[in-house]
Amino acid sequence: MEFKNLKLSKKTTFIIWVGIIAFVIAAPTILPVFRLNLLGRYLSLAIVALGVDLIWGFTGLLSLGQGIFFALGGYCAAMYLQITSSSEFPNNIPEFFGLYGVDNLPFFWEPFRSPIFTLFAIWVIPALVAGMLGFLVFRNRIKGVYFSILTQAALLVFFNFFNGQQKLINGTNGLKTDVTELFGQMVGSEQMQRMFFWTTAVLVIAAWFFSKWLVKGRFGNILIGIRDDEPRVRFTGYNPVLFKTIIFSIAGALAGISGALYTVQSGIVSPQFMTVPFSIEMVIWVAVGGRGTLLGAILGAVFINYAKSLVSEALPASWMFIQGGLFILVVTALPEGVLGWIQGEGPRNLLQRFGLKRKIETYPSLEINNEAEDLKK
Amino acid sequence: MLLDSLFNGIAIGSVLLVAALGLAIVFGLMGVINLAHGELMMLGAYTTYVTQLIFKLPLLKPYYNAYVIVSIFLAFIVSGVVGILLEKTVIRKLYGSPLETLLATWGVSLILQQFVRSVPLAYGTGLIISLLVGLFLPTIFSSKIKESINFKYIRFSSWVIAALSGVLTGNLISSSVSKLSRASARNVDVTAPAWMRGQVEILGTAFPKTRLMIIIITLISVIAITLFLNQSAWGMRIRAVTQNREMSDCLGISTEKVDVLTFGIGSGLAGVAGVAVSLLGSVGPNVGGNYIVGCFMVVVLGGVGNLLGTIFASFGIGIMTDLIGAGRLLSIWPDMPLPLSNTINFFATTSMARVMIFALIVIFLQFKPTGLFPQKGRMVES
Repeated sequence: MEFKNLKLSKKTTFIIWVGIIAFVIAAPTILPVFRLNLLGRYLSLAIVALGVDLIWGFTGLLSLGQGIFFALGGYCAAMYLQITSSSEFPNNIPEFFGLYGVDNLPFFWEPFRSPIFTLFAIWVIPALVAGMLGFLVFRNRIKGVYFSILTQAALLVFFNFFNGQQKLINGTNGLKTDVTELFGQMVGSEQMQRMFFWTTAVLVIAAWFFSKWLVKGRFGNILIGIRDDEPRVRFTGYNPVLFKTIIFSIAGALAGISGALYTVQSGIVSPQFMTVPFSIEMVIWVAVGGRGTLLGAILGAVFINYAKSLVSEALPASWMFIQGGLFILVVTALPEGVLGWIQGEGPRNLLQRFGLKRKIETYPSLEINNEAEDLKK
Repeated sequence: MLLDSLFNGIAIGSVLLVAALGLAIVFGLMGVINLAHGELMMLGAYTTYVTQLIFKLPLLKPYYNAYVIVSIFLAFIVSGVVGILLEKTVIRKLYGSPLETLLATWGVSLILQQFVRSVPLAYGTGLIISLLVGLFLPTIFSSKIKESINFKYIRFSSWVIAALSGVLTGNLISSSVSKLSRASARNVDVTAPAWMRGQVEILGTAFPKTRLMIIIITLISVIAITLFLNQSAWGMRIRAVTQNREMSDCLGISTEKVDVLTFGIGSGLAGVAGVAVSLLGSVGPNVGGNYIVGCFMVVVLGGVGNLLGTIFASFGIGIMTDLIGAGRLLSIWPDMPLPLSNTINFFATTSMARVMIFALIVIFLQFKPTGLFPQKGRMVES
């Protein structure tokens, strides 16, 4: 598979960037609060989509368990917020503990009193969990569908764990963040939400550049090598386990950041973030946008979620049909996604079909001789 | 006590087994993970429900007690037909790219879930019947007729007949059974016939009859599928394609037909599992999702291409679930040291047992990455 880059002149690139920055700065004044909040949430989902693209689009690992890391990041942020705004509750611990008769803070909550620890925990803890899980799986050369199933099972396990532990992390109710305070202001307030929106926008752009840098050099080449022919990479002397573990942890870290941003903007983190459909949806954002194209992941996440909210507002029952159809359509008809289709041969083929563009002449024997195609299968 | 635990474990395991059997066969043959497998189970469960209501009609009332038996066959056919349609329309295009198949089948599962929510069951039944007629009517003509008349016309007219019969059955059912004429997202309940309620006493322990029935269904399915795979000509072809697709193709086995057949049988087994599931609890659009991950664990643990692995894995997981989830280890060994017993108590719920079992499976895969009974081969990619 080859993904060509759209060739844009420096001037156009500059104009596009000015446009994006102007929009991000002006968005809070243009958009109503509700829509701004939605946009902020979808942008934070774009970060997790970037992670999915890194592991699936570039390395060929289809993880159906990114929700684990997403939720872990969210829980880290929510625990900090809950614990720092719990001074008026009995025992100086978050309110929900009182409901279950817990008087002492569970030990793993303690470090979250520190803001610096939390800032690191949001991405380090998911990365560590991802690294550990990834290492145990990759070490045994478990790959392909097996890997997907194991990540899905892991997701379910984490869901069960978080869902069942009322006394530790409020179980199925989750942790609320919108009534907590940060820098002396309510997290749910309009002002804070505006701050979060800008933070998210900046972080999306940062994550995008980071991912671009990651896949551009030698490291990226090895990732693509692993995707296309892993044994060959191994025989060349590289250790795929190491690279896969690293990229899986990076994707985990991105998911954690994304989850934290999503949590503070939606006002709650709950085990619902770890349900199976949500994690598979992440994959479909990337698939629709175009896997292997980082921009596609961002656009896919934002637009599909936007479409989802619009359709669900109008016709609640039909979204499942549309989504199901989207899954089938994108893998059968548009395997490279929308952006991949635009950057590839798609538009030219379409024009050819309507007779607007002349067919490219190929070397005649290539069309007659199908042996090469058959051998590929 | 031990017997009780063993029985419970086998009961849990047999549901897993009958559900995972179809998945394992399909996965072994095509390397395809069918995420819609749970929804095919759901279709089987709904078939049981519909059959039950139809058997309550005055005409069939005398035979009401036999509806479970009938529904097993019907569920096999319904899920099998949907599976064949799925193979012919979607999965066939995606051979060789298992991850894409996984996503596409997830899409199918979403559609099926929403379908049972928003389409009245009566018309769903009609649709299934028209599919059945449309797919199989052309095959009953002898080859002589096929040659003499243009086959296209036969196919076309059979689809017309199919559509008509579907609409007719749909209307008939919806007018005679009021419960099926409206769409609902609510869960429905299947009530077991009188002879299946109550308990049986064996060796001084009481066993619920429904559980025994499920074990029997599983046993029959396993025996039937083993006989089919090992004794029949098509079974041999299926095994051949599982072992080496290219070679079988070269030797004149129609791999296309084998794929359709296998997928149909695998999906049909999901339907049978659906009957078993419907006897255990209420039936809803999400019923498949509760079992599907367990089935995947069985397939991962059991290894590919060997039914024995599937059997061992599902009973192993079933017995472990019961041992851990019900905290039976404590009652077997009452005076174990305190830290150990605390840990066991922590995991003694159904959901926490799942956590523990997943951890155990990951540890197990560290030693045997390809499952209990791996296929032997010398390929780099195996």
